[in-house]
Amino acid sequence: MSLTETPMQAERARTIYEKSKRGRRAAVLPEAEVPEAPLEELIPANLLRAEAPRLPEIAEPEIVRHYNRLSRRNFDLDSGFYPLGSCTMKHNPRLNERVAALPGHARLHPAQDPRRAQGALELMWLLQRSLSEICGLPHVSLQPSAGSHGELAGLLLTRAYHADRGERRTRVLAPDTSHGTNPASVTMAGYEAVKVATNERGGVEMDDLRAKIDEDPAGVACLMLTNPNTLGLFDENIEEIAGLIHEAGGTLYYDGANLNAVMGHSRPGDMGFDIVHVNLHKSFSQPHGGGGPGAGPIAVSDRIEPFLPRPQVVRREGGNGHGPSYDLDLDRPKSIGRLRGFQGNFGVFVRSYAYILSLGADGLAEASETAVLNANYLKARLAEGRAGERLPIAFDRHCMHEFVLSGKPMKRDLGLATLDLAKRLLDFGFHPPTVYFPLLVEEALMIEPTETETKESLDAFAEAVERILAEAESDPETAKQAPYTTPVRRLDEVKATRRPVVRQPLGE
Amino acid sequence: MLAAIGVDSTADLFEQIPEPLRLGRPLALPEGLSEAEVYERLAVLAGRNADAEREVCFVGAGMYDHYVPAIVDAIVSRSEFLTPYTPYQPEISQGGLQVMFEFQTAMSELTGLPVSNAGLYEGPSSVASAGYLAMGATGRRRFVVSRGVHPHSRETLATYSAGYGAEVVEVGLEGGLTDAAALAAAVDGETAAVILQSPNFLGGVEDVEALGAAAREHGALLVVACDPMTLGILRPPGECGADIALGEGQPLGNRLDFGGPSFGFFCATQEQIRRMPGRIAGETEDVDGRRGFVLALQTREQHIRREKATNNICTAQALNALAAMVHLAWLGRHGFRELGELLARRTAYARERLSAVEGVELLHEAPVVREFALRLDAPVGAVLDRCAERGIAAGYPLGREYPEHEDGLLVAITERRTRAQIDELAEALGAAIGAENGGFRSDSERKAPIGETA
Repeated sequence: MSLTETPMQAERARTIYEKSKRGRRAAVLPEAEVPEAPLEELIPANLLRAEAPRLPEIAEPEIVRHYNRLSRRNFDLDSGFYPLGSCTMKHNPRLNERVAALPGHARLHPAQDPRRAQGALELMWLLQRSLSEICGLPHVSLQPSAGSHGELAGLLLTRAYHADRGERRTRVLAPDTSHGTNPASVTMAGYEAVKVATNERGGVEMDDLRAKIDEDPAGVACLMLTNPNTLGLFDENIEEIAGLIHEAGGTLYYDGANLNAVMGHSRPGDMGFDIVHVNLHKSFSQPHGGGGPGAGPIAVSDRIEPFLPRPQVVRREGGNGHGPSYDLDLDRPKSIGRLRGFQGNFGVFVRSYAYILSLGADGLAEASETAVLNANYLKARLAEGRAGERLPIAFDRHCMHEFVLSGKPMKRDLGLATLDLAKRLLDFGFHPPTVYFPLLVEEALMIEPTETETKESLDAFAEAVERILAEAESDPETAKQAPYTTPVRRLDEVKATRRPVVRQPLGE
Repeated sequence: MLAAIGVDSTADLFEQIPEPLRLGRPLALPEGLSEAEVYERLAVLAGRNADAEREVCFVGAGMYDHYVPAIVDAIVSRSEFLTPYTPYQPEISQGGLQVMFEFQTAMSELTGLPVSNAGLYEGPSSVASAGYLAMGATGRRRFVVSRGVHPHSRETLATYSAGYGAEVVEVGLEGGLTDAAALAAAVDGETAAVILQSPNFLGGVEDVEALGAAAREHGALLVVACDPMTLGILRPPGECGADIALGEGQPLGNRLDFGGPSFGFFCATQEQIRRMPGRIAGETEDVDGRRGFVLALQTREQHIRREKATNNICTAQALNALAAMVHLAWLGRHGFRELGELLARRTAYARERLSAVEGVELLHEAPVVREFALRLDAPVGAVLDRCAERGIAAGYPLGREYPEHEDGLLVAITERRTRAQIDELAEALGAAIGAENGGFRSDSERKAPIGETA
């Protein structure tokens, strides 16, 4: 290992505020063209700000340089393999950016009269119909802003559905493999989260499920499930599970985080789910943006439909030779109400609809098929050699679009934690898999290659893992101190939480 | 690849799906299209929208037709910002994390509160998240909300409250501002938060400090929704006693996009830092002592705390927050203030100009920055249609959400709305109202001359 700093490491982080120099600026504003009255004549002095906020003072070329340099301190999907489990890091087609930027989309005011926003409403309606077909459920609301927002929507729908029937149910079941958002959403929706165990095949432990239901069947509001689950395995008992929950009177919620495995092959609605959220930023190629934006539309069954959020995009058939028209329906007396402002993340809808149009029925099915093929191939590659020995598969079956390895033997035999392997992978130019999730697998590595990776990329990743394990046999320290080549090396996360510094101190 | 896996075909891999649950037919969707065809299809749809490129847009109501500088587009479309995931691996995410840190600094500075998160979904759901925080902080379940808070925010708060079990009490407006006496009467020892908006939905600048006294007296949190574009000239909520300041971030560097994606900002006092929703970047050091940034306080978050998390949100709308940060840097300290002044002055002009039109009067006379409400002496919908025929989106009709202002029209001004366009709007409104009321009256009967447009 070399202790020499890379040029990027040598360039210490400086914020834009530290590059600010009094009197510099970029923007030139239009002339006021109107009387320049003192502000105090327009707004009472006690409501006015004394000093201009201390924003940076910096010229445009330096702003561009600053953010370009910062951008180079990021790893991104366009630079390399990003097998982050459960995140579906598939290629983001640039066509989608282009069509989203058309002024008819980008500069359309959300409060525009629906009669003058027919193209946008038709697009939303078409996307609703597409997602309905993909999910196998008749009704869709595009409103939720993200998967977690879709979950909250689904639980509020569940609450409204039960209340409408005069029932007050309090418990929401979810497997111990579920995403952390599931129980967090359960609490926000005013429910109690109840954990269900996982069986030796990676599915829901049926006896435990029955026991949890039997504790208080009339209290079961909902079961939240991801299928395939976070282990990348399809739960073969899903029909029976659905039967048990429906028998108890609860709703069945599908976390669509893993929909990319089954598009055009199997549909949550046909599995018995009542409510599904779809992550448009996963299966439908909206770029992740370094942590948003995304969108989390929901598809629901007939019995849930009356409670969908307001407004709802509807199509009205024309008469007398007129074509159909589209509108925002606010008159929904049983609706849970709004979950956010206006109609949702329309820019994301444009990109995802463009993606669906590009792939079509066959293309979507093929995308899932290739995602599953790639995952199983990489799983097979990692079952060979040192990886097979040190990083065994947690549940040895064919997987769907992702799989989970356990770093337990690696830690025991080489003293290398999953975190160390992840950090060493950074030096090899790979984004590491999701680590330490799901919680029930010790030293977990969750790997999702997606359909847009080549065999060469998958092989290169497997070879990098092999090399790291080989290196660690003689020299575990190298991996334990990794990374070396990144803009900064391992960071003290504990300090950032114990004594949080969350803003730049600013001078006068 | 199949040989390595040990199967004959990919179909074998799907056998884990029980046979009755396999779709067994193609999806009932059209065949895929070429890139050129998809572009054409979407361009046709886009062409059927009256966007702000084709109409002069005086509509606001929470989202505004500001000019987004070209460098915003250039920077947010860089792959390095556009395509990564949330910065879970900080060593290779320093760019995004530092942007979050810079953004937090900016929002904290604008709002006058020490702690900012890295962004939430958008404005109205941020109000609902503030309610959730206030419940946790006070152990109380009642919100007192001004009717000046955006209708979408109030409705979203009510939606969330139905889940987490809180009650929402509304306080009315008087002369375009929150009725201070009614507010004081509504707040009591069970109140978790008093929620205001300034400028409020009708454009009025509230005296937050005075209204907040009721919250302080009863130990409730003071939550203030604000329009970030006004914070160059308005006293920051943090100086007025706000515990939480939040709002819709779209005016900063984000497109209209028919309502999203944008971002919500959320700032609070130091006391609330461990109850904050969403991602927060924090400064730290690496093993060699280099300055670096990480996601701080992750122990609040859903992926660690599960059902005990402070919120379920995962997104930071990072790309939208980056757009805001670049826009703010471009405007800079002085440009940002000048823009606020420009808005206030043009709005003052527009308010005077439009209220001088026959059949138009002010709905309220409270101070405003960039948006104001009018009363029209003709059906608002019909007037809007007539203006639209002339290529003007004249404003936002208040009647649906404020039935007491059935004749109300909300007009928004940005730096893109020139004096000539404002004059044109005056003429269009006058003509539309005149036509609705049975044609033009004689010139001598008009309150003001019409027709001095470019």
